[in-house]
Amino acid sequence: MEVNENIAIEHGLKKTEYKKICDLLKRIPNITELGIFSAMWNEHCSYKSSRLHLKNLPTKGKKVIQGPGENAGVIDIGDDDAIVFKIESHNHPSFIEPYQGAATGVGGIMRDVFTMGARPIANLNSIHFGSPQHKKTKNLLRGVVQGIGGYGNCIGVPTVGGQTCFDESYNGNILVNAMTLGLVKKNKIFYSKAAGINKPVIYVGSKTGRDGIHGASMASAVFDEKIEEKKPTVQVGDPFTEKLLLEACLELMAGDSIISIQDMGAAGLTSSSIEMASKGKLGIELNLNKVPCRESNMTPYEIMLSESQERMLIVLEKGKENQAKKIFDKWNLDFSVIGKTTNTKKIELFYDEKKIAEIPVDTLVENSPMYDRKWKKTKLPQKNKFNKENFKNLKISNILNKILSNPNICNKEWIWEQYDHTVMGDTIQKPGSDSGIVRIHGTNKAVAASVDSSAIYCFAHPLTGGKQVVCESWRNLISVGAEPIAITNCLNFGNPEKDENMGEFVECVKGLGEASEYLNFPVVSGNVSFYNETKDKGIKPTPTIGGVGLIKNYKDMITMGFKESGNIVLVIGKTEGSLDQSIFAREILNIKSGPPPEVNLFNEKNNGETVLNLIKKKLIKSAHDVSLGGIIVAIAKMCIKGKKGIEIKKTKQLINQFQYMFSEDQGRYILEIKKENYKNVKEILNKSSVHYDEIGTVLDNDIVFEDKTKLSVDDLELSNNIWLKKYMEK
Amino acid sequence: MNSSVIIFPGSNCDRDMDVALKKFGFKNQMIWHNDSELPKSDLVVLPGGFSYGDYLRCGSMASKSKIIDSVIKFAKSGGLLLGICNGFQILTETKLLPGALLRNKYSKFICKNVFVKINNSENKYFKNLKKNVLELHIAHNEGNFFCSNDQMREIEDNNQIAINYCDQKGQVEDNFNPNGAIKNIAGIFNKQKNILGMMPHPERMIDNYLSGEDGSFFFQNLINNLK
Repeated sequence: MEVNENIAIEHGLKKTEYKKICDLLKRIPNITELGIFSAMWNEHCSYKSSRLHLKNLPTKGKKVIQGPGENAGVIDIGDDDAIVFKIESHNHPSFIEPYQGAATGVGGIMRDVFTMGARPIANLNSIHFGSPQHKKTKNLLRGVVQGIGGYGNCIGVPTVGGQTCFDESYNGNILVNAMTLGLVKKNKIFYSKAAGINKPVIYVGSKTGRDGIHGASMASAVFDEKIEEKKPTVQVGDPFTEKLLLEACLELMAGDSIISIQDMGAAGLTSSSIEMASKGKLGIELNLNKVPCRESNMTPYEIMLSESQERMLIVLEKGKENQAKKIFDKWNLDFSVIGKTTNTKKIELFYDEKKIAEIPVDTLVENSPMYDRKWKKTKLPQKNKFNKENFKNLKISNILNKILSNPNICNKEWIWEQYDHTVMGDTIQKPGSDSGIVRIHGTNKAVAASVDSSAIYCFAHPLTGGKQVVCESWRNLISVGAEPIAITNCLNFGNPEKDENMGEFVECVKGLGEASEYLNFPVVSGNVSFYNETKDKGIKPTPTIGGVGLIKNYKDMITMGFKESGNIVLVIGKTEGSLDQSIFAREILNIKSGPPPEVNLFNEKNNGETVLNLIKKKLIKSAHDVSLGGIIVAIAKMCIKGKKGIEIKKTKQLINQFQYMFSEDQGRYILEIKKENYKNVKEILNKSSVHYDEIGTVLDNDIVFEDKTKLSVDDLELSNNIWLKKYMEK
Repeated sequence: MNSSVIIFPGSNCDRDMDVALKKFGFKNQMIWHNDSELPKSDLVVLPGGFSYGDYLRCGSMASKSKIIDSVIKFAKSGGLLLGICNGFQILTETKLLPGALLRNKYSKFICKNVFVKINNSENKYFKNLKKNVLELHIAHNEGNFFCSNDQMREIEDNNQIAINYCDQKGQVEDNFNPNGAIKNIAGIFNKQKNILGMMPHPERMIDNYLSGEDGSFFFQNLINNLK
């Protein structure tokens, strides 16, 4: 097939990009070469719209072993141990084929982690769906949850945390972000950089089929009414093979034969081989007849662009082939020497003894397009004025029940009961907690992880929203007694070619960069998903943050359920009463304008570090951060979890009680302390200049307000539990 | 006491079982499915997971693996053979235990704590156990025990029901049946009571920082009974 501009455009390339390819090659590419360029230069692989802004993110820190640019980030957790982790999106495929899309998302992120030599020890996920009333939502949710479970459960890695949100902006584009943490010894981390000439290049894992061809290109385009036709571009997952591949790779990694290793993710054999060569400043030569294929007569084009799952590419020390092959034979996996490293700095492909492609590696990587796209700044919206009229006829008890059963607040047990969260025997805080926690097997250490997003805030004011979501992640880790170490981000946005969407991206990234810099909570890995748009309607900007922290002795971890009646309950952090963008304002008062709550990084850091200090001094019985729904929702959840009640004191606050109870001001925690420790705690809080209110005392049951209104915790629990189950099973 | 845990490709609770057995004093060995000889063992365990991907039918391919012949021989000569979750499915596929494990009633994977009542204590597994109700953990997609009426008659005549799903107080009722299993059956024995298959995972309940501690009672009691 003769390549021309139209064919290039069909491959998702722009006219200017096609011209650049011809200029770089000094000729017209053939169809295989064009396919390779289109795979490497699409948004998903090249980060062409985002690179310019991502490079400003803080990525370094004392505990960072590896920042962005590898298969996943790596942090030091003391002794010889390191944690490898990353979050990644699989949004577009999950909308088209929810089960397989979500399953392969989980499979892909686990491969990224074990490629680096780490055994996966925990999975998390953040999933966003359209309005519950939308006709597709229920089936998408069911399919995604089954897909996530189907893959993770089979591999035997516990899913310990997650987040599920509903918002009409995801009606046409759901989000499926999957995160994995793995454990590795510091001196046994594997990287993708190839080294040495004439080293064998090995293909292992599943056979290559026709599935997923141009998957990465699909993830780089907006949806239209013909999306159903894209079903064949969704990959099909085989968790059993991945389990074998995991065990075989870790067995091979125990030896010293691997020079570099890379999983075949987006853009398959193309991107894996090119990344290895590019990082090693080498060339690579592949004989495509040697690639194990599932179907006969696959063309070089198809072989290079297939996104069949559960495959790895390895550069091996010469002479170690037989030893390595034995391991893969044992696990019944394909093993084939398909090429070698060269000094040409080119990728050269052979098929039927003919050279069928030759491209300098730097044209694909360093010379890939980078755009400084136009973007529009979002002004901080005007605050709404709330007065007595707004709260007339409202009763806290009714509102609390209503908010607890809101789809975005309610108990998500229906979902996480379908995920194996206890396999591996080290899950010490399961889903539904502030963070999921797994022990480092055989030690006293544990790692905590949380995933968070705040699209409502990000939509209202991207800069503030970007900061807020990092702070929320940090608070969720501190609430369980973990020292926050680093984050991974999954940046889900609309069409970067539109000024507004690009502006949302730029400012969210700026905000999250500022917060992570200030909190010393660097970004070590991540992924960008643009073009979450259907028929011109984009999603709300949704940066998802996966945070990881360390607990030195797992026995010191904190849970959120109230423990003992008679204990004192404190609110840490000042309550200003800002209701704009709160769930109370949006859902109860139906006021959807206004700015998100302000983020004060100084207070955030000071409050968080002080809470952590109190936890270290063993002065805290339970803790929970204040987020959606404000103080009263946080307290209700602590009551439900601990099967306790609380007597709420008359507060000295001047603001209205609705503002006090439901505002979503940042930097706040609820803490439970023993009476005899109160003096000591007060001293520490005062010394650190941390604002606190004493809000009440733990009771055996019921929430009792100052006016003696009583709320049964059992009723609240019912409100909290019922919505999702009813929605899914009716 | 010597124990052996069989690893099939796709097993994923093998390590957890190894940890639990060792914690309570077993000298445990991991045995690869492609081996043909079992080492001398007082207990053989078929662990949970997705052997051979659970393709075809859960446990079906594992029941044809190389090691199975010696496992069957071991069990037929009276050796203690315990199958947990996927191990239970393998035991029904090898016909060492009657019945079959179907897809859960509500067609979804379930991972949660459940209570089980011990129905028969006259065996090495449950004899002397101080508790009559255990809180254990389930994590499965196909745990819905099913058998023919004839088989059920035989199971009941021989007192082969090991444990039933129940509530905290030991009441065996429909409400506490997580997967639709006949008669709330969570585990059964063979006639001789040396083979036990059960869906719950005691190995996940061996310290109070995990989901609970009742698994500890099970293993401690088992090794005491074997001494």
